[in-house]
Amino acid sequence: MQKITEFLAGLLFGMGLLLSGMSDPGKVLGFLDLFGTWDPSLALVMGGAILVGIFAFTVAKKRTTNFLGGALHLPKANQIDRRLVIGALLFGAGWGLAGFCPGPGLVSMFSGQPKAFAFVLAMVIGMLLYEAADRFIHQPRARQAATR
Amino acid sequence: MTIDWAHFTPWASLLGGVVLGLASAIFILFNGRILGISGILGGLMSPRLGDIGWRISFFLGMAAAPTVFAWWAPAGFLSAPRIDASYGLIVIAGLLVGLGTRYGSGCTSGHGVCGLSRLSPRSLVATLTFMGAGFATVFAVRHLF
Repeated sequence: MQKITEFLAGLLFGMGLLLSGMSDPGKVLGFLDLFGTWDPSLALVMGGAILVGIFAFTVAKKRTTNFLGGALHLPKANQIDRRLVIGALLFGAGWGLAGFCPGPGLVSMFSGQPKAFAFVLAMVIGMLLYEAADRFIHQPRARQAATR
Repeated sequence: MTIDWAHFTPWASLLGGVVLGLASAIFILFNGRILGISGILGGLMSPRLGDIGWRISFFLGMAAAPTVFAWWAPAGFLSAPRIDASYGLIVIAGLLVGLGTRYGSGCTSGHGVCGLSRLSPRSLVATLTFMGAGFATVFAVRHLF
């Protein structure tokens, strides 16, 4: 059952990206081009998603397990720090350069777009760079702090 | 600012957004997970035993989406995506998106959709920041250079 809902969530998410126009970088850049001819569509995408999401998360917050009886992993992090802001700045810059964020990049790759494949490959390398940086730069410091 | 009426798709975008919200709802309520693409993918970069299968099933669902969508959508509903960026720019963008989303612990889905739905101040700051950076980048690329 769990495998089915995981698959279904991925399927619906991909279809939502296609239907909404998020999977078209031209449309995304049209939204981000606030000072050109502006396409407001993506504001409606976010609005529609959050409208449903608010109900779901209101229910989720009141529970300790999910509907299938398994664990409910709600994020515990609440700190607003340099990592969060610098990360979001880098991400936003990359998003604005090509018009792809991670979800649309993937669904576009699955649609057979060669440029989306190049994007996803570079994105995975970026994620691996983060892992390497995290292992060699951040964690040794964290380990020292923990033994102090 | 002028509105781009030619490309504006209010109903498809609103309905698409509702479908994205439904997917996020299923994922948190039935699987107990935040539907954040960068987090789900990023977790595969340092795989841990017992923490891989759910990520794979989710991505298999996503991979099936274009085919299933084509069964339902009227012919010609989806115009070909406009991917204007050169391969060089695409690679730089991909590196920035991969590094940035992991550093900032989320992207448009995790912080944008789920985070704002949870009313998380941390996700609100992240979303305003990457949106702002996106607006600034497009302004620089299209109107300054």
